[in-house]
Amino acid sequence: MDYSFLAIQALNGLSSASSLFIAACGLTLVFGVTRIVNFAHGSLYMIGAYIAATLVPRLLELQFGPVTFWAGILASALIVGIIGILIEVLLLRRIYGAPELFQLLATFGIVLVVQDLTILIFGPEDILGPRAPGLRAPVEILGRRFPSYELVLIAAGPVVLGLIWLLLRKTRFGVLVRAATQDREMIAALGVNQAMLFTGTLFLGAFLAGLGGALQIPRVSAHAGMDLSIIAEAFVVTVVGGMGSVPGAFLAALIIGQLQAFGILIFPKSTLVVVFLLMAVVLAIRPYGFFGRPEVIGGSHAIGITSSKRSPYAGLLALAIIGAFASLPLFEDAYMLKVATEILIFALFAFSLQLLIGVSGVVSFGHAAFFGLGAYGAALSLKWFSMPMEAALPAGLLLAAIGALIVGAFVVRLSGIYLAMMTLAAAQIIYAVAFQWVDVTGGDNGIVGVWPSAWASGQVSYYLLTLALVVTAVLLLMRIINAPFGYALRAARDSEARAEAIGLPIRLHRWLAFTLSGAAAGLAGGLYAFSRGSVDPTLLGIPTSVDALTMLLIGGIQTVTGPLVGAGVLQVLRDQIMPLTSLWRLLLGLSIIAIVLIFPRGLVGSVRAWMEERA
Amino acid sequence: MTKASMTRWLALGLALAFSSTAAQTQQAPIKLGELNSYARQAAFTVPYRSGWQMALDEINAKGGVLGRKLEIVSRDDGGTTSDATRVADELVTREGAVLLFGSFLSNVGVAMADYANQKKIVYIAAEPLTDAITMAQGNRYTFRIRPNNSMQVGMLMKQAKASGVKRWAIVAPNYEFGQSAAGAFKRLLKEQIPDAEIVAEQYPALGKIEAGATVSAIEQAKPDGIFNVLFGPDLTQFVREGNTRGLFEKKTVLSLLTGEPEWLLPLKDEVPEGWTVTGYPWDEITDPKHKAFIDAYRAKFNDTPRLGSLLGYMVVYMIRDTIERAGSADTDAMIKALEDAKFDTVIGPVTMRGIDNQATMGAWIGKLTLKGAHGGMTDWTYQDGTSFMPTEAEVKAVRKD
Repeated sequence: MDYSFLAIQALNGLSSASSLFIAACGLTLVFGVTRIVNFAHGSLYMIGAYIAATLVPRLLELQFGPVTFWAGILASALIVGIIGILIEVLLLRRIYGAPELFQLLATFGIVLVVQDLTILIFGPEDILGPRAPGLRAPVEILGRRFPSYELVLIAAGPVVLGLIWLLLRKTRFGVLVRAATQDREMIAALGVNQAMLFTGTLFLGAFLAGLGGALQIPRVSAHAGMDLSIIAEAFVVTVVGGMGSVPGAFLAALIIGQLQAFGILIFPKSTLVVVFLLMAVVLAIRPYGFFGRPEVIGGSHAIGITSSKRSPYAGLLALAIIGAFASLPLFEDAYMLKVATEILIFALFAFSLQLLIGVSGVVSFGHAAFFGLGAYGAALSLKWFSMPMEAALPAGLLLAAIGALIVGAFVVRLSGIYLAMMTLAAAQIIYAVAFQWVDVTGGDNGIVGVWPSAWASGQVSYYLLTLALVVTAVLLLMRIINAPFGYALRAARDSEARAEAIGLPIRLHRWLAFTLSGAAAGLAGGLYAFSRGSVDPTLLGIPTSVDALTMLLIGGIQTVTGPLVGAGVLQVLRDQIMPLTSLWRLLLGLSIIAIVLIFPRGLVGSVRAWMEERA
Repeated sequence: MTKASMTRWLALGLALAFSSTAAQTQQAPIKLGELNSYARQAAFTVPYRSGWQMALDEINAKGGVLGRKLEIVSRDDGGTTSDATRVADELVTREGAVLLFGSFLSNVGVAMADYANQKKIVYIAAEPLTDAITMAQGNRYTFRIRPNNSMQVGMLMKQAKASGVKRWAIVAPNYEFGQSAAGAFKRLLKEQIPDAEIVAEQYPALGKIEAGATVSAIEQAKPDGIFNVLFGPDLTQFVREGNTRGLFEKKTVLSLLTGEPEWLLPLKDEVPEGWTVTGYPWDEITDPKHKAFIDAYRAKFNDTPRLGSLLGYMVVYMIRDTIERAGSADTDAMIKALEDAKFDTVIGPVTMRGIDNQATMGAWIGKLTLKGAHGGMTDWTYQDGTSFMPTEAEVKAVRKD
């Protein structure tokens, strides 16, 4: 490997670091001031790319030249900044005080809405922007050609860093932003106009996201998957650098850029893993990143199930529901059974998450990891060890439990938003492994031919098997929730200090809960794999985690049965609405936002509140 | 109770809907299930949908088939294996589709072939190109129209031999289609040019290429020839980066599918001239029957045809012929009518070979050139698939049925 190649590779790394920093620093600024982890930041980045890729060519037709090009880029970023203001005024302003789970979900709702709107407005095809005038020809560096536009990108990162530094140090707005990052309550008490400050910050953050996206158009085409791929990397940058710290983000972006550029040479097939592994390692050693500070306790409050007297009819009702489900095969409708099978599977998946969020107060944003591990565990043991379904399902459960045991060991040391980010990182690592370890997992192809054993392969028998397993698992989990162990978890959720003071080993309890929850999700995943006949990496993706959270949210986080109802409602809606419209994500996103804003108790929670009021 | 009763009501409504339509018309239409990645792979699949829509309208205007109209229930397959089988289940059990056709990505195609075999329903893979669908994963229920990877690579090999290039680099998307095409290239290269070597292989993830790093890694190996399997946005970025860094200068480039208008149009004027590609030179077709299709398509949709348009059009006509010859929409009868059947299509006669259920449809091979603001093909020929198909012994060696 010669010297000039290494130099070019380092330059490649610098240019991606620069791009990454510009995209991510807005996220960290917004978090610093508003304490909201803005999932929609990636969507703003994507909008920036789409606007620039559409706008700049039009401008260049009017007058061709570098000035037009750069003016077009800035104009696109400004438009995105204005969209950021809209988002702040319409949505974020209403949820600053909400629990962080709701904040994350609401901003993810924006992601879903923007995905469909983007396709609606800009069309489904990818748009490759024009090349920058004057920067079309490559430059020769050490005898190799290097695109001159990349050199401009390399310079852009430090320039943006410098400008932000000036803004933060030399202007009143900057002083206020820094003050708010340190102590939000204090500057509110000092009479600073918080609304203006927050709106301004959102404008700045969105502007930077849009700029990041717009700068990419000469090298990548604007496409519909940009949002999630950049947001995952931007999260890594902000978390590694320390949330709220702009220089930290710069340092993290530099490291990640070089890691990617040289990682390709050392581990050519595991580039995705390397990035998230870095995040996990940093969080394990420095739980608050390079320059982050511990979160002020009290800034967020846990929500979860409350203790309530059990209705005397609860047992009867449960029996009636199980009976109704068990008699479904009498209808002899194969498709209805398919839907019911999936409802049951997702009910178990969502219910396992309830043990973490509702009971333990551990807001996991990567629960898909264990669902996917269960599915992959089952599929892999079928494929590689020719195990029958009867052995493959427990194998999947075991793999998920082991995965949860390992991830849990790191997760329980953290809290709040860092915890959510750690679970997300864990899920992304497992996703990356499934995606890139092609020889074992089949990579993007996944594994096909995962069908149940002969006795269970009929629609009816597989449905009954699923029903039996799901009911058993759910009843077991309910028992756990109402056992002293469950009460100990709730105590730790509501007051960590007091729970610790009476001698509860909080971390151990949470670790156990995490493992149990992972195992239950793994069972759901295994059942899912055999129901679909195949597994693929999307099972481990962010949207799968969000699905589980949405079910929780629809049903109601404060109730035990909420997730079960939520799973049923979401699956039935998806099944009925999805074939009718191509705007399913838009509808789902809007519903998530609506629930967070006006209906935060969910279906079961609202019904219960209404009944209690009447009584 | 909400869940159970809701599903019940829906089931009841559905049953009513079915019974009432059956009562109204004596001859219910024959329902075909269609699924494709309309959201994720719009460049190919949307023109493909226009193509099958056009054939469907023509057939029904002439009275349908067996005295019944054809109806196509179309769904998005989500572009993933598990979503596709789920949608297939819905098409079969809820909509009552008698056969399934479609899908774009090869990995989804393999999952669909597996599904067809498990549920014993005919599946016609229109587009997925991996060999596996008719070879290792092939089964009696799965049929394919387009020439598979080995056939298309075989057609390009003539050019590889003529160029005399010995040092080859491969760049392919890292999923079923790319892996299968790269495998076919390596195998045929070894057979036909034994002293050639592969000096670099790059497998970026589908839709996630790091074009700069990929180009410099290939450059580093100093190949004299490049075999490309990238398509879509990956291809666009790869070509732009390669043009900037002079990767293609003085090199022989063989490329699968790049001559198809769906992938050529997004390249605009950055078309890499001189690449030898498989594609679809619709603008230079003179055969009257084929030309009539192209003109009708342009008039109907006010758009130029893509290869997907042609394929969608052909598939529905072949399905009509199959049902007509089978005399019913019964699965076994349709399989019998498909195996070793000759079809008279707009591009000429096509046979569905019985031993592997692979059609003899060929491909257009030519060189890329810039025609005004867009790329096109020149020096092209149409190569019939028959002489490039795997031999009977090769098929028997890998197929499990």
